[in-house]
Amino acid sequence: MAIEPREKPEFKEREVEFSTMSGHPIEPLYGPEHAPADSETTIGEPGEYPFTRGPYPSMYRGRLWTMRQFAGFGTVEETNERFHYLLDHGQTGLSTAFDMPTLMGYDSDHHRSLGEVGREGVAVDSLDDMEQLFDGIPLGGVTTSMTINAPAAILLAFYVLVGEEQGVSPEKLGGTIQTDILKEYIAQKEWCFPIEPAMRLVTDMIEWCTENMPRWHPVSISGYHIREAGSTAQQELAFTLKDGFTYVERALERGLDIDDFAPRLSFFFNAHIDFFEEVAKYRAARRIWAREMKETYGAKREESMRLRFHAQTAGVSLTAQQPLNNVVRTSLEALAAVLGGTQSLHTNSFDEALALPTEEAVRVALRTQQVIAVESGVTNTADPLGGSWFVEKLTDEMEEAAYGYFARIDELGGMVEAIRRNFPQREIADAAFTYQRELDERKRIVVGVNDFVQDGEEPTPILRIDPALERKQVDRLAATRARRDGVAVEGALAELKRAAATEENLMPPIIAAARARATEGEMIAAMQEVFGTYTESPVF
Amino acid sequence: MEAATARKIRVVVAKPGLDGHDRGAKIIARALRDAGMEVIYTGLHQTPEQIAETVIQEDADAVGLSILSGAHMTLVPRVVELLAAQDVDDVLVTVGGTIPAEDIPELKKLGVAAVFTPGAGTDEIVEFIRDNASERDDV
Repeated sequence: MAIEPREKPEFKEREVEFSTMSGHPIEPLYGPEHAPADSETTIGEPGEYPFTRGPYPSMYRGRLWTMRQFAGFGTVEETNERFHYLLDHGQTGLSTAFDMPTLMGYDSDHHRSLGEVGREGVAVDSLDDMEQLFDGIPLGGVTTSMTINAPAAILLAFYVLVGEEQGVSPEKLGGTIQTDILKEYIAQKEWCFPIEPAMRLVTDMIEWCTENMPRWHPVSISGYHIREAGSTAQQELAFTLKDGFTYVERALERGLDIDDFAPRLSFFFNAHIDFFEEVAKYRAARRIWAREMKETYGAKREESMRLRFHAQTAGVSLTAQQPLNNVVRTSLEALAAVLGGTQSLHTNSFDEALALPTEEAVRVALRTQQVIAVESGVTNTADPLGGSWFVEKLTDEMEEAAYGYFARIDELGGMVEAIRRNFPQREIADAAFTYQRELDERKRIVVGVNDFVQDGEEPTPILRIDPALERKQVDRLAATRARRDGVAVEGALAELKRAAATEENLMPPIIAAARARATEGEMIAAMQEVFGTYTESPVF
Repeated sequence: MEAATARKIRVVVAKPGLDGHDRGAKIIARALRDAGMEVIYTGLHQTPEQIAETVIQEDADAVGLSILSGAHMTLVPRVVELLAAQDVDDVLVTVGGTIPAEDIPELKKLGVAAVFTPGAGTDEIVEFIRDNASERDDV
């Protein structure tokens, strides 16, 4: 019997482990034997259940993804300028990065905010700031994403009030607020309250937005941060969807109708460097979500079953060494997101390993999306990789892995209980450690870091945040406090505290307090008096 | 030294400020523990005061400050200041995180022994702490 061609000495494989970056083994070849038996039902068509091939029939032939670059630093003036820069250069949606104090519920003049104001994003303390942030930007004509979680209800209130001042009613406002608190306890680690009151706030927002903001996404159920914390692609997929199911369950427990709120749930995934694994991940996500919405949660409308997502290229994949290589990484990652059918995309800038992006770098990042959109031809057909034996098999395997995790989490009593027991946190820490060992042992290579290294590199010029901006913001805040009706603020905060101790929806009292120029920190502190705070018991 | 009184190197791995990026800190904590050191991981959201207190209470030989929030030029000097104010002068201070090259000389002038930036290998960090943290014998 003849030797298999692959067995011949001249075609012997290299001494390398052929697996994805998540450790998933890959075969030398995929063929018809790997195709799923029931492809008509499991793969289907784009825009049709189970949406494996995409949420919309025409995909990018109908509408390109939104080019939505995450931006924010310093005070609202600097960020407003960056917003205009990005819109002028062709981005099609806004995305707001807030600073650490804002994310953690502290005003800029809090002692814990010292040195942190405006560093990781824009400082927003009150409605006054929010008005300036969107100066010259008609909220009725653009969609805005806001990355904020524990204090999300407050920032949404600010946004709604800016809209109101512009003459745009809440039901006309389009956009997304991240709100996804479960992944905070798991990965991003930005919290203000214990889990249960935090979940109550999420459900309040879903309920209120379902009634008042039909164009808005009250939650962006996220895997990006879970992946950045070091999870595998399979864990990113599983934990994200499980978080999503948990929000659905809470909303149903509240008495909401699935077909009223599910269409406005959105997702946010990482776009990492292992190309085909990412494409398979997005396709599996759509199929799993559709099936569970229909069969487990009883959704009847197609819109309730259709998973739509934003993607961001992987921050952790960027290197400080030879930063121009990051343009290549971001391009590959962006392409994976597009071939995976993303609805919205942020591409990282090449200088972001060490700092927030300069104008020049973020322009290249935006151009990356534009080149893919108009030059590469990949938008000419929906789900171009559909039918690839490799991609379909990998999609099936991603799905299988996710269900394995769902079972383990269910055994623990659901996602909230799993978080309390540190299950996802430990999985992530283990995966992160394994990956780092692979780098240390050079089993996995990162160009410029543990191979193809270059000595004596000139440091890249990076964005420096002027420390004077902190003083500027503290002064702005003082001016807000001086200008406002202190008695009205006190009354509004008391009302918020009262409502927090009941089961009332907190959006109305938060909006009222925001309108009176209560600050974010004051509102959070008022709620903490009722809810308490949160400290994690970390595992490493 | 094989003296019977020699003890494990004690390292505090700390997360100063509001920064929630703990992937690296946890990996280092685990690597140091695997290398036979006694590791105290402070967890997130530590004030400089809390970190200095932990270093002193735990009788640490070294402290690793992990910061990826851009607030390092406020928080690191504060920790160093607090340790000095308590006459703690024999603790090895290292910093890890997204630290721009321009900031490293100033941190070193303050007494930071090493700054580990993105791409630094785990073994390199473990070795540095092992070689530079003075082991103190039990009295």
